[in-house]
Amino acid sequence: MFKPPRGFFRRLSAAAQGEPWVWLCAAGLIMSLVLVIGLFVLIASRALPAFWPQPVALLELRESGALAGRIVQKYEKQTDGVRETYFKVYVGNKAVHGKNFVHVNERELLRVSYPEDMLYIDSLDGGDIFGQPQSLTLQGGLRVPVDDPRFEDFFAQLVTDTAVRRIDILEVELGQLGELNRHLEQNARRLRVLAKNEIQNAAEIGEISAAQKKLQTRHEVYARKSKELHERQDHFTLGYRVASGQSLVMPMEKIDHYYYPNRLGFFEKADVFMQNIWRFLSEAPRQANMGGGVFPAIFGTLVMTVLMSAAVAPLGVLVAVYLHEYARPGLFSRLARAGIYNLAGVPSIVFGVIGLCFFVHLAGGTLDQLFFADALPTPTFGTGGILWASLTLALMTLPVVVVATEQALHAVPRSVREASMACGASQWQSLRRVVLPAAVPGMLTGLILAMARGAGEVAPLMLVGVVKLAPSLPVDAVAPFVHLERKFMHLGYHMYDLGAQSPDIDAALPLLFACILTLVLLVGALNFLAVWMRARMRKKYAVKPF
Amino acid sequence: MNFFFDSALQDCDEPTGSPDFVEVRDFCFYYGAHKVLHNVFLQLAQRQITALIGPSGCGKSTLLRSINRLNDVIKGTRHEGDILIDRQSVFDARVDVLSLRRRVGMVFQQSNPFPKSVYENVVYPLRVAGRKKKSELDNVAERSLRAAALWDEVKDRLHANAYQLSVGQMQRLCIARAIANSPEIILLDEPCAALDPVSTGKIEELLLELKKDYTLVLVTHNLQQAARVSDRTAFFNQGRLVEAASTQRIFMAPQDPLTQDYVSGRFG
Repeated sequence: MFKPPRGFFRRLSAAAQGEPWVWLCAAGLIMSLVLVIGLFVLIASRALPAFWPQPVALLELRESGALAGRIVQKYEKQTDGVRETYFKVYVGNKAVHGKNFVHVNERELLRVSYPEDMLYIDSLDGGDIFGQPQSLTLQGGLRVPVDDPRFEDFFAQLVTDTAVRRIDILEVELGQLGELNRHLEQNARRLRVLAKNEIQNAAEIGEISAAQKKLQTRHEVYARKSKELHERQDHFTLGYRVASGQSLVMPMEKIDHYYYPNRLGFFEKADVFMQNIWRFLSEAPRQANMGGGVFPAIFGTLVMTVLMSAAVAPLGVLVAVYLHEYARPGLFSRLARAGIYNLAGVPSIVFGVIGLCFFVHLAGGTLDQLFFADALPTPTFGTGGILWASLTLALMTLPVVVVATEQALHAVPRSVREASMACGASQWQSLRRVVLPAAVPGMLTGLILAMARGAGEVAPLMLVGVVKLAPSLPVDAVAPFVHLERKFMHLGYHMYDLGAQSPDIDAALPLLFACILTLVLLVGALNFLAVWMRARMRKKYAVKPF
Repeated sequence: MNFFFDSALQDCDEPTGSPDFVEVRDFCFYYGAHKVLHNVFLQLAQRQITALIGPSGCGKSTLLRSINRLNDVIKGTRHEGDILIDRQSVFDARVDVLSLRRRVGMVFQQSNPFPKSVYENVVYPLRVAGRKKKSELDNVAERSLRAAALWDEVKDRLHANAYQLSVGQMQRLCIARAIANSPEIILLDEPCAALDPVSTGKIEELLLELKKDYTLVLVTHNLQQAARVSDRTAFFNQGRLVEAASTQRIFMAPQDPLTQDYVSGRFG
């Protein structure tokens, strides 16, 4: 029988097996995971409830009438040694109250009820309105009281009609009138230039002046049309009563959407929830960014990130290929590499200053003088814009791409390079046909990191073209379709604006969290796209070692 | 003993071409200050297989890689002496190194196909030589794959990624690639080191077949392989050519005691 020698079954001590270190590493991982998941849960839990329709309460007070609003919070406060309960109520109706939140002491409260006919209106200029409808006024002063059975149908129809007319007005004002204005301005500029000339070209001046007259006539026609549409809009109004008993009138065209929060069942609420999210993603902001959606900011972030990637990827790859494949190792290449790597450590605001001085003032100013001289002193490219912002961020993320590309080139096995050489390929042919394709997945890794850093950056953008509210998108249907000189909105800056610049931080907070969630998801989606591309490239080009 | 075998050993295959198609003349090679080849004189006959054998680090691979000047790309190397192919020095300043490498195909120890399709791997030498005509490329691909005894196995998946082949097939693909541009010489750097015996057997058959058209130089650690396929064998030790003769003579009646020890397995 086998008799084990002494100590045959003795195990190494836990410490010698490295057990404590394994636990330490695992603890580190768990902590990171908890932080990441916690962050997500926090953001989502603060952002999503803002889109869910909350019931609207009618609070009748003992002394000072009544209030209507969403009860946001119940809290206790010590006053003179007595614990008292308070309700924080979001009352909206800024025109009536002058503030968004009212704090109510429980002792003053007589009764809380949730009337079925409580109406919520998102108005275009006054924010959230809570009230009880009384009557509709139609064309010719015809009134439809709330107890008329056709009231709801009329109400819905009128809101739709006025919304359609609102779009018609926008089309006339921004579309036709806007284009006419552009032509008028262009002609006026040409006239100014001609007037400055020494030799007067009477024929040309006459021609342009005649064109101007014609344009002005058309302008008047459209201006009249716009005025008529506006007058029709004014006919339709909604009469409603706010909780204090006051009766108010709201023009129909100011209503963006409405619903009866206390009447909604679960599925109707879910429907409103989805609609609210869609509005947030697809609409432009209103009321100093406190209402509406963030579409221009999403779009600006996206366009800027794409432009930045388009600029940084080729530049970074060129730099890395020269440094790694062609530059003779020595002092120069070491200095160049160290210089580029150290760009990664420069604070981002410094890049904003560089972008402002170099891109905006120097490059943009020069472009203006060369190509847009007739528009001066109004700058075209000589002011912040999406092109300069993208290039600034491209400069900032350059080291990430260079480092990743160099590593990818380094990882291409020598055996494959030698195989190519032995086939009679020059260094350039080997690089183009074998080495670069094999390095593409690694380059995409660099681009992913660059996008993740670039898309979330705010500080440098503030100097080179981001704005609180941009009048138009950087890409639209007006030729030449891509307007690189335009200022743009950005989710990161939108967050800064909501968090630090808004008049009422309490009301802005849910919107702020919704912005954060959107930005995180947007960057996540961009990264996912790049990771998916990388996986495809890997399948196609990866060199497997044997 | 040696005398006894001499007459029998004379009747190995006589070279059908020039007996000194490749000539190594007083060749020395340095990696930095380290001298890895010492005054090598060697002649390789046309359309024959010459095996280079010797223990690891004896410089046989270095000599092989000097024939197509692949060592040029390694920094800090230099050479003395000369290597001539068909009486033309490969180190001549007028020689274009790219066209030299088109004349000299090479197969490596690790099969190293490119991350491309089977077809693109084979026609790669033609593509980099600027040949674009589809019919020509198709012809060359088929001819090379047939010559490498791979055509029947891959003809239905010419456009599949080369990495889907087995390791043995990949090595034959590398051989097909090496002969695609009709080189005069094929250098083989331990082509079977990573293969199983069956694949090795296939490659050895292939080498005997290729011998009819090409001059082959085979570096190998496998003495039986050298004995099986090569016509002449050169034994290297510590950067010096110890003995070069017909394969039968090297294995049956080596002149040098070092060779004797090596081929009989006493060292190496």
